[in-house]
Amino acid sequence: MAPLLEIRDLHAEITGGRKIINGMNLTINPGEVHAIMGPNGAGKSTLSYVLSGKPGYEVTSGEVLFRGVDLLSLSPDERAAQGMFLCFQYPLEIPGVSNMAFLHTAANSQRKQRGEPELTSPELVRKVRELGKQLGIDTDMLKRPVNVGFSGGEKKRNETLQMMLLEPFLSILDEADSGLDIDALKVVSNGVNAMRSPDRSFLVITHYQRLLDYIVPDVVHVFAAGRIVHTGGKELALELEATGYAQYQNEAA
Amino acid sequence: MAAEIRLMKTAAELALADAFATLKSRLPGDAAVAARRVDAFEAFAATGLPHRRVESWKYTDLRTLLRDAPPLALLPTPEQVAGAAAACPMLAGMDLRRLYVVNGAFAPDISDLAGLESGLTITSLASALAVGDPLVATHLGQTVPSSDAALALNTAFMGDGLVISVAPGALVTRPLHLVFVATEPAAVAMFTRSLVVLGEGARLSLVESHEGPSGVAYQINTTLEAVVGDGAQLDRLKLTLEGGEALHIATLLAQVGASATFANTNFTIGGATVRNQMLVQLDGAGTEARIGGVSLLAGKQHSDTLLAMEHIAPHCQSREQFRAVVDGAAQDIFQGRISVRPGAQKTDARMMSRALLLSDTAESDNKPELEIFADDVQCGHGCTTGSLDQQVKFYLMARGIPEKEAEALLIQAFVGEVIDGIAHEGVRAALSDATRTWLIERK
Repeated sequence: MAPLLEIRDLHAEITGGRKIINGMNLTINPGEVHAIMGPNGAGKSTLSYVLSGKPGYEVTSGEVLFRGVDLLSLSPDERAAQGMFLCFQYPLEIPGVSNMAFLHTAANSQRKQRGEPELTSPELVRKVRELGKQLGIDTDMLKRPVNVGFSGGEKKRNETLQMMLLEPFLSILDEADSGLDIDALKVVSNGVNAMRSPDRSFLVITHYQRLLDYIVPDVVHVFAAGRIVHTGGKELALELEATGYAQYQNEAA
Repeated sequence: MAAEIRLMKTAAELALADAFATLKSRLPGDAAVAARRVDAFEAFAATGLPHRRVESWKYTDLRTLLRDAPPLALLPTPEQVAGAAAACPMLAGMDLRRLYVVNGAFAPDISDLAGLESGLTITSLASALAVGDPLVATHLGQTVPSSDAALALNTAFMGDGLVISVAPGALVTRPLHLVFVATEPAAVAMFTRSLVVLGEGARLSLVESHEGPSGVAYQINTTLEAVVGDGAQLDRLKLTLEGGEALHIATLLAQVGASATFANTNFTIGGATVRNQMLVQLDGAGTEARIGGVSLLAGKQHSDTLLAMEHIAPHCQSREQFRAVVDGAAQDIFQGRISVRPGAQKTDARMMSRALLLSDTAESDNKPELEIFADDVQCGHGCTTGSLDQQVKFYLMARGIPEKEAEALLIQAFVGEVIDGIAHEGVRAALSDATRTWLIERK
């Protein structure tokens, strides 16, 4: 089975600034859920930005293959069309663009890039409404401008809705649990669990073990000083909860 | 005490003086109108073309820009009139009553004058002036006082335009479209003047479009005077779609009565140099005014919007919303002043102007002012200038939307803040389409 994502000896820095990713290796196979845990400032969010192609970061060496394609040569929209999805830690507000119009444009932009037939308006509206029902997103929220005036929980539900609509092969969840109450956390986790399948993978970035009670990972990595310093099974998350990251930070240094 | 410095007359000023001397006896109107023209021209001649030391023209130095004054346009040929009928395709197919002004002259042959709704009357300015129309005698030049030099020139040279009145209580449901078309392939000047008078409780929607050939340095100086009676409602949209070399100077003088509604939106996309000056006077209590503007500028386009909103009566509300999208080496100027006169208590006025710069060489100048002489009012203004939010753009791209489309979506949302306020659904959609086309054509 060919891996879905392969990161090989990746080094990256903030453009003109600090080096943040420092020789990282990671292989994710189809169907797997990987968790990356680590202390603040370890570079976890940077990893998600480098993978999704956010401007302002520079890869200095190494390579990333996604579904066999050189990911780093693609623009962010091309990466998305290839099946990568970043669930933002802080989803942005887009005044003047209705949620439904945004979802429609996103879904069809991806389909167009992949050479697939575009969804008609009624098809899309039906799909979005169904997903909205599962996630507790009402019709009014779909008409409103994207994330404007949404609570933290509503924004994360909206991210989950986008993910479920776009059906990516790899979803990167960047601190998906930040700012969530327990109910919203369950909704988001249920969304992820509903999507789990043999050809879909997840990379869950988190500080805390709590999220991993709901999204149970296959593999847990400890990320410190810009690379993976330790890898284990799901029980590693519990150990980390008890012992903290200090020993690994020493290892990394 | 500032010394009055008289500058040498420019070639354009001399040419204008010559033209006026030659033409004044041939311009329409009786002796009273002729005398008014002479007064206006003398007022203009005393100050000359406005230049950067005239505060309201600070950013548009007409003295420098107007290298010469081209001859006045002649009456259009039948072919030119016939060709003008296809003007303003962006509003084609909409049920609007189209009234054409071709090369500065009303063109009744292609205008839709059939079956006028009861209470609606339409004549040309030239004929109204010729017969001493009482509406013109009462209102023209009497709506809002102004000593502006461009307006004085318009008064001196005004040739034709439309005179529209809506009787008290008459609700005109079919919007009027005043189609101003320049068709002359050579540089000419046009001075048009129109008057719209709405009686008490009357209602009218008006679209005014201006267009002409690209590559011809024609000039148009156009003025609309509007009298909105008590309880009346006037909705106006002005489309500036002029050719790429055109100089377009437009003045709006609006006198608004009590408990009335007045909405005016400018949409500026064409022309080399565009000046939109609007003097709005809220004379009666309990009136609501919404003044908006969108400009989409590229290349070396220059658009200068000046708004003077005068709150004279109490309990009026005004909202001013302006958006500029500036690309290339274009320049957008917004000068907006809200004045609250003594006695205009409970005024509620809010002005916001925002510019989006799409290139390093684009320029935006924003000068909001509040002038308040009453003590129980709510007034506010704000202005912003910036580029597209890169974080938001990345968010859109991360969902699969290509860069250009992401930008277009954000720019459309930005101007949508003004366009979405337009009441007519078809016109609103046409403006969104025009914005989209502009975005696609921008490189």
